[in-house]
Amino acid sequence: MSLENRSPAPHVVIVGGGGTGGALALDLVLRGLRVTLVERGEITSGTTGRHHGLLHSGARYAVNDAESAVECIEENQLLRRVAPGSFEENDGLFVGIDDEDMAYGEKLFAACGATGIPARWLSPAEALRLEPNLNPALKGAIQVPDATFDAMRLPLRWFASAKARGAVIEPFCEVTSFVVRDRCVAGVRGRDHRSGKDFEIGADLVVNAGGPWAEKIAAMAGVDVPIQPSPGVLLALRGRLCNMVVNRMHKSGDGDIVVPQRALSIVGTSSWVVEDPDDLGVPEDHVQKMYQEGAKLIPAVMSAPFRQAWSAARPLIGSREASTGRELSRTFKCFDHLEQDGVEGFVTISGGKATTARAMAETTANVICGKLGVDAPCRTRDTVLLPHTAHYAA
Amino acid sequence: MSDSVTFRVHRFKQGDAASHHDSFEFEPGPRSTVLDALTAIRRTQDPTLTLRHSCFHASCGTCGMKVNGREVLACVTNVRELGTGEVTVDPLDNAPLVSDLVVDMGPFFARLNAVERPLVRESELVPGAHTASGIPQPLRYEDCIECGICISACPIAATDPEYLGPAALAAADRVREEPRGGDVPFVLGLADDPHGAWRCHVAFECSEACPSNVDPAGHIMQLRRSLIGRRWRALLAQPVEAGR
Repeated sequence: MSLENRSPAPHVVIVGGGGTGGALALDLVLRGLRVTLVERGEITSGTTGRHHGLLHSGARYAVNDAESAVECIEENQLLRRVAPGSFEENDGLFVGIDDEDMAYGEKLFAACGATGIPARWLSPAEALRLEPNLNPALKGAIQVPDATFDAMRLPLRWFASAKARGAVIEPFCEVTSFVVRDRCVAGVRGRDHRSGKDFEIGADLVVNAGGPWAEKIAAMAGVDVPIQPSPGVLLALRGRLCNMVVNRMHKSGDGDIVVPQRALSIVGTSSWVVEDPDDLGVPEDHVQKMYQEGAKLIPAVMSAPFRQAWSAARPLIGSREASTGRELSRTFKCFDHLEQDGVEGFVTISGGKATTARAMAETTANVICGKLGVDAPCRTRDTVLLPHTAHYAA
Repeated sequence: MSDSVTFRVHRFKQGDAASHHDSFEFEPGPRSTVLDALTAIRRTQDPTLTLRHSCFHASCGTCGMKVNGREVLACVTNVRELGTGEVTVDPLDNAPLVSDLVVDMGPFFARLNAVERPLVRESELVPGAHTASGIPQPLRYEDCIECGICISACPIAATDPEYLGPAALAAADRVREEPRGGDVPFVLGLADDPHGAWRCHVAFECSEACPSNVDPAGHIMQLRRSLIGRRWRALLAQPVEAGR
């Protein structure tokens, strides 16, 4: 038996196989920890795979949420370096349709400057030359470094890279209870739905990376996490109506973005709040809103053939009194439940968004390493990721 | 009269001697898809049901399965439009079974890896699409969503486990069309093999079943044309050295 095996590194169990869990698994194995990740379904089967695939420049948040905007532009630039070949790097436009939009545009342009987001004004003619399908009545546009990515395949690169460095990734393994001794979490119990057999996995620390399911997972450890699952409806149309990301030059609202994705165009999104992230539904009036508002950006939205409409739940942190979810910050938060609830060995990461999953993981890994007495720097800022296919076939 | 539909769902857990089908009732709404039905069944009737899904709009390719015997993406298969009071759901063929509706995509991705097709293409190549004139070459994702449906539908894949298969051959042809740094002679060498492009019997089942209009059969035909051209060029270039 090697020396390594006799004094193994601390073992961290991550509950939740979305982008955050994947990025965290990689971050922790790169710092020398042992990692097991369990997910009740397929990897990226929760919120991660369902979003429109926008790599935020941060411009969407620049006016009202500078903290999120700065997070976004930093990650936007960083991810292009560590995940080459994963992005449609065609930039994005914020398109002004009326005078109110143009007034917002002035604030947006200034806020981009203040948060370090490269931005330039385009005349209507310049914007139409870039994107001929835009509403010809547009009054102006601002070009920003938005990009698009595959909502499933970028996170799969974190999973693939983590596995290659020894992380154990177990899909279809549902956690049903926590091993808790003297207010200290010491592992998880559950069932492997592939075999129908029960499992128990010991851990030095358990991380709840459940996204909108984080509240349900935390409840198993007897602690409260204030997550407000806030779904939005998205609409997929056949045909590629644009190559750039097209945003409405306006504060966040329903149907304010069109994102190209393969041979589809995705119109998003709406926002409301639900109790159960497993039971979202697709409200018909929200679908119609996507058509109406999307067509203000690109009129061909109305006539493009329908492919699908679906809902995805954002894992927003905050008050359960929230009514639409739009009032909640899109930044993320890491909870050490020792400080919060007197429970040792248990950390929750939630909030945030796909663009900042790596940064969320870095912050969480810093907290975890601090708790476990591991002194190792984050390496996900400069570790180039394996291709997504390596998740399935090494 | 009830609008309920009976779902007969393939069940198998590792260690089981044989698979079977379980029946579940589901009342579809006008937009309900087979994926909606299966996730609702899992939520309200049987939490042990395993299936793969991610994007819910035919972009990720994870929910490929057989519905009433045909390969489809469950997320864009409307239950009412199937028009059957009973819906049978089975896992894809020609891939190792993991459990219930889940198959192991490892062998599929190993073949795709072999041809080294990049995920992002440099040309538009969508007929009739407008391109942004200010961006010389807009980047876009390849159309193949790597769902495995073409392999499941392919009659050759069922009989020849070494067959490279429609998805990987289509990917090889994309590398030929647009190399993007790929090793074209190497990839064409993989395709120019008894288990490569020549194994296809031109059944066109793959192109028929493809949910993303990749037309693997059309790509295989293009590959064959270029492979024949390559052989002729090789013959003409070396008439003496070959000297029999």
